[in-house]
Amino acid sequence: MSALQIDDQTLREVALSREEYELIVAGLGRVPNALELGMLGVLWSEHCSYKSSKPLLGRLPSDGARVLQGPGENAGALELGEGWAVVFKAESHNHPSAIEPYQGAATGVGGIVRDVIAMGARPVALLDSLRFGPLPASRHHFEAVVAGIGGYGNCMGIPTVGGEVYFDDCYAQNPLVNAMCVGLVRSDRLMRARADGAGNLLVLAGSATGSDGIHGASFASLGLDQSSAERRPAVQVGNPFMEKCLLEACMDLGQVEGVVGVQDLGAAGLTSSVAEAAARSGAGARVEVDKVPRREADMTPYQVMLSESQERMLLIVEGRHLDGILAVFRAWDLEAAVIGEVTDDGCLSVVEGGREVASLPVQMLTAGVPPRHLMSQPQPSPPPLRLVETVDAGAALKQLLASPNLCSRRSIFRQFDHMVGASTLVAPGGDACVLRIKGTAMALAMTMDGNARYCHLDPFVGSQIAVVEAARNLVATGAKPLGVTDCLNFGNPDRPEVYWQLEQAVAGIAAACRSLELPVVSGNVSLFNESESFGSIRPTPVVGMVGLLEDADKRLQAGLRAAGDFVLQVGITHDEMGGSEYLSVIKGEVAGRPPGVDLTAERAAHEFVLAAAAEGLLRSAHDVAEGGMLVALAETALLGGLGVRCAALRSSAELGLLPAFFAETQGRFVVSAAPGSMPGLQTLARRHHVELELLGLAGGDQIEFEGQCRVGLEELDRLWSGALDALPPAAEGG
Amino acid sequence: MKFGVVVFPGTWSDRDFGWVIDRVLGQELRYLWHKDRDLHGVDCVVLPGGFAYGDYLRCGAIARFSPVMESVRDFADHGGLVLGSCNGFQVLCESGLLPGALLRNREGRFVCQWSHLVCERNDLVFTGLMTVGKPLRIPISHGQGNYFADPATLSRLEQGGQVVFRYSDAEGRVSRGANPNGSVHGIAGLVNAGGNVLGLMPHPERCAEAGLGGTDGLLLFRSLIEAGLGVLTA
Repeated sequence: MSALQIDDQTLREVALSREEYELIVAGLGRVPNALELGMLGVLWSEHCSYKSSKPLLGRLPSDGARVLQGPGENAGALELGEGWAVVFKAESHNHPSAIEPYQGAATGVGGIVRDVIAMGARPVALLDSLRFGPLPASRHHFEAVVAGIGGYGNCMGIPTVGGEVYFDDCYAQNPLVNAMCVGLVRSDRLMRARADGAGNLLVLAGSATGSDGIHGASFASLGLDQSSAERRPAVQVGNPFMEKCLLEACMDLGQVEGVVGVQDLGAAGLTSSVAEAAARSGAGARVEVDKVPRREADMTPYQVMLSESQERMLLIVEGRHLDGILAVFRAWDLEAAVIGEVTDDGCLSVVEGGREVASLPVQMLTAGVPPRHLMSQPQPSPPPLRLVETVDAGAALKQLLASPNLCSRRSIFRQFDHMVGASTLVAPGGDACVLRIKGTAMALAMTMDGNARYCHLDPFVGSQIAVVEAARNLVATGAKPLGVTDCLNFGNPDRPEVYWQLEQAVAGIAAACRSLELPVVSGNVSLFNESESFGSIRPTPVVGMVGLLEDADKRLQAGLRAAGDFVLQVGITHDEMGGSEYLSVIKGEVAGRPPGVDLTAERAAHEFVLAAAAEGLLRSAHDVAEGGMLVALAETALLGGLGVRCAALRSSAELGLLPAFFAETQGRFVVSAAPGSMPGLQTLARRHHVELELLGLAGGDQIEFEGQCRVGLEELDRLWSGALDALPPAAEGG
Repeated sequence: MKFGVVVFPGTWSDRDFGWVIDRVLGQELRYLWHKDRDLHGVDCVVLPGGFAYGDYLRCGAIARFSPVMESVRDFADHGGLVLGSCNGFQVLCESGLLPGALLRNREGRFVCQWSHLVCERNDLVFTGLMTVGKPLRIPISHGQGNYFADPATLSRLEQGGQVVFRYSDAEGRVSRGANPNGSVHGIAGLVNAGGNVLGLMPHPERCAEAGLGGTDGLLLFRSLIEAGLGVLTA
């Protein structure tokens, strides 16, 4: 078959363009065989190669004093102190979850956990950022995804401690499931996925390889349409028990010698993991497919090399230590087999029955795909919105707190074991979760955040907000933000307006991260999130962030603590109703410009809250975000089980009541403090150039602003906590 | 006191129990591997939470056939102290060391939350420091914690005083509303007729330090240690 003779159908099956195919033929100096074409197809897919987004991702800052590992490995790593490092990464599993929500979500968790294990770290926490179509129509997807996350994470014994969920029309056919895993490792035990040393052995451990999930990576690189359901076999089935055993075995590898590198098997299976490990070392590798433990008879080399069977791990080991390494897996009753070796010829060769059936340059596989330079077409900026109306603040508050995007998430996180590990100091339900690092005074805080409505109105500003809000979530617990992982969920980048959104989002994240000195150490891009009925989703960059409390005892929670405490707002409110929950829930509109981001003011507010927390001046702190100040205040009251009594809001005189209560101006917190701490707080606020506005006093069983708003806490609690509970249970397991 | 914490493939509360026994309480700790018949002379065997052998077939159904469980059964038959929590309770029921079974939660979902329990007797080695009727606050985390036994067995358990813990509200009132999983008679924990084998769905190891939200779990560990010391010094 010559280059010109290949038919469109064959190319479509491997998701390669004719131009890419011609480049391959030119590079190889020959026509690739079917196996080689399949291997190149998956590795050159958008999912594996990032060919559309790579030119942009280099713009994200990834350096910093604490960075031990930036992008390019299985996960990023930051130095914490006292010899500890935190390893973390977020990844999307959107397309599989659209087709088969339970297994799609479950294997999304499984995949991100393996990324952290591959770095030598013990996973200590999971978070999830989820997007669905509106309820009740999307109830099945929502319930099945939640059950799938719980089904996997609970069985693994890794606490699921946080995340977020939003409902919007644009996700009705294309829900988003982004999972983040956080792990801990001694800095000097950090592993890398490198295939160093020609002659070292490739060991495949864990599940046997089956013919499931073939072409999963290519499938994830296409839009969803009516034929998507037919690709259900491309969705893998998870086995969390197997992964739990694999986890423990990998942890036990720390006791033996001779492990050179560890690489998880994810999208594009063996092809991708062997090629990537070899590429990092500038090495080659030979895989003997006959030696790969299989789940079924008569598998072709194509199936073995492209299978995405879950719960598998590739190890690069020194031959003289092989027995000790295999014994570790045997103890856990796991299969582990030598399937090949590292070579120095720079080629990935596949051998079957002693015969070479594929041989491709590693560089061509992992870096050969030409970047796609796509057209970018700016969207017109929406006109600013000036909303002038009289507002029944109490009624609006009730409506907002009972809405799907703002109501209590308790009915979700109680389905997740969030306590296993006995380290959860701040449980889900507040701003960020806090986990102690056993044996030290330190604690980690973590969160995920994103707001697609803001990004839809202005992707640059909306993406900045994702960063600053995630940072505020951490700061509200008293933790200093350290670093970022991101999931960039977008539509079809071939549409110039979508590619522009992606460009803007990367620029927004980069600007905010630079200002807050946060390296982006890992992440993932998910494109082609579109469906026939809705087109591309709204741009949905999601930021995962990790922070550190040097002294876990200084941690803060969102809920009010004691009657008589002063309740204050940190920061200034502006007339920014654009893109707000109020506008969406009460008026049914998504319009205007999102709230502006003043990075200097934002930083000052963070530094003030961190200093106040460190000095023990605060009793509680909560980020002001969707729903504005009144919603944030109500949440602190609900979480603390205490009302708040306030005089009429002073700032409402010039600003108007509506923005004073419901504008989503950034850079704000609602905090509480004992009366005796007030002088200290005021001094600190002046030093940090931060506005501090007294709202009222904690106490009673109402939220009251004299003459402006009065709502009983019990009624609010019923509306807030009952909204998602009203749903019937999911039909599927868990 | 020397505690032996059993590790099956799929067990995950082993390390949490180990932390409390070793680091919080300073007691002797030994992990007992499921393939190992030797109990290494421990005073109390702990069967922790998790999904032993993936909980395939039924929760605890495969674990009962493991080599270590042969020894645990023998140990219990000779009066040895055995504590099973969560999946450990399920293993005890499957092994026949405790009667009844744990079914899927009433609402069909996994439930992880703080729960209240009332202790019904404090004349056991497990409960000596507890106050009868005073509620304990201890987390639960399970998909199948809905205790079930046939009416004859239930009446034998009730008459024999084998029901040790029942789910309650914060005031110690037992009611359907305070029952998180649908357990018959609100049963959260049981002891065998000999008083040496205790099974409960809640997780005492998750509430043994103030920073984690409560310390009521310590009452169980300290009761055991105190009783153990009494035996040793007697």
